[in-house]
Amino acid sequence: MKITIPMNEQDLNADVCPSFGRAPYFLFCDTDTNETTWLKNSAAESSGGAGIQAAQILADNGANALITPRCGENAEKVLRGAKIAVYRSTDGTAKQNIDALKAGKLQPLAEFHAGFHGHGG
Amino acid sequence: MADKAWTIAVLSGKGGTGKTLVSVNLAAAANEAVYLDCDVEEPNGHLFLKPEVSGEETVTVKIPEIDAARCTGCRKCVEFCAFHALAFVGNKPLLFDEVCHSCGGCALLCPANAIRETGKAVGTVSSGISEKVIVYTGRLNIGEASGIPVIKALLQKISNKQDRPVFIDCPPGSSCAVMESIRDADFCILVAEPTVFGAHNLAMVHELVTLFQKPCGAVLNKCLTSENPSEAFCVEHGIPILARISFDPELGALNSEGKIAVRESERFQALFASLLERIGKEARHEAASDSQR
Repeated sequence: MKITIPMNEQDLNADVCPSFGRAPYFLFCDTDTNETTWLKNSAAESSGGAGIQAAQILADNGANALITPRCGENAEKVLRGAKIAVYRSTDGTAKQNIDALKAGKLQPLAEFHAGFHGHGG
Repeated sequence: MADKAWTIAVLSGKGGTGKTLVSVNLAAAANEAVYLDCDVEEPNGHLFLKPEVSGEETVTVKIPEIDAARCTGCRKCVEFCAFHALAFVGNKPLLFDEVCHSCGGCALLCPANAIRETGKAVGTVSSGISEKVIVYTGRLNIGEASGIPVIKALLQKISNKQDRPVFIDCPPGSSCAVMESIRDADFCILVAEPTVFGAHNLAMVHELVTLFQKPCGAVLNKCLTSENPSEAFCVEHGIPILARISFDPELGALNSEGKIAVRESERFQALFASLLERIGKEARHEAASDSQR
């Protein structure tokens, strides 16, 4: 299984980024090989539709699961289409969250927030 | 008024300063006038003018419609969309219409001709009449992100009505929707409250109308006898003060009952008639100095 986590910095022992679409990096972890890779999130700087584009990046990189504290409705639609399961992260580091998911201790993310499209300007 | 009737936009840096009060009363004072409610997220001019509605039309924007049978899954449309309104999942494009900016690029680009543009309703424009005032009200559908298409449809209504003065009740603030609303205006009225916050918001809209090179003047509303920071701002920046409306319980009562002060009281008829005359003078003066440039 390939797990993705939005991250502020490229450090397994850093906390999970509070934003999905605008996280600076994505951590990919293959639970079969324990191999981890880092990807700069090119959607982070986009003026709109960042969540959609970020979800697209996950789909294009073959992710099976996403661990995130929050996620928007549009991104959820893409993730659902790409059959990527979304789990709610717990307080703690990326590594702790990966271990928690492996142990079956993470809950599916149940609530997806509305977007902020076109607001504020 | 002179040869051509003016298009006057009424705006303010924040809500609740009196844009609607000023615009509906000016339209009523001008009698044969057009009132355009461009505050499409919360239009309220109709509550005062109570127009007899004669028609309503739907405002649409263009969004792509994808023919799944023709789509080859080449992904060109998804790669092209600068707004990320298209995603690519399960080997086919997935549309997010609220993110779409109606550019039409995806339809132009599709090598399989699988995309055509189709209309999506985003709001309405209703037409009506209140005594001799023609009233157009724009309404944005709930959940839509941008009121611009509805404002554009409203502005199309006035292109051939230049024999009557037009009063545009703008959305609050200085956002894109306000810029769109003042686009065709000959003159802008900035309505401001007598507070530090009011002066701050006045500065924002003043900056906007200056940027768009629109002549303007201020209406100071809810005036008290104490110091008026908005007035000080006008003096400092050479903004003509067109009228001072005092913090008046009678005006407040009429307004809260959804009445148009001009139609109820001679005192307010005189106040707005003189404001109308003053605007005419300012706009003519601006037009004259403009032609000398």
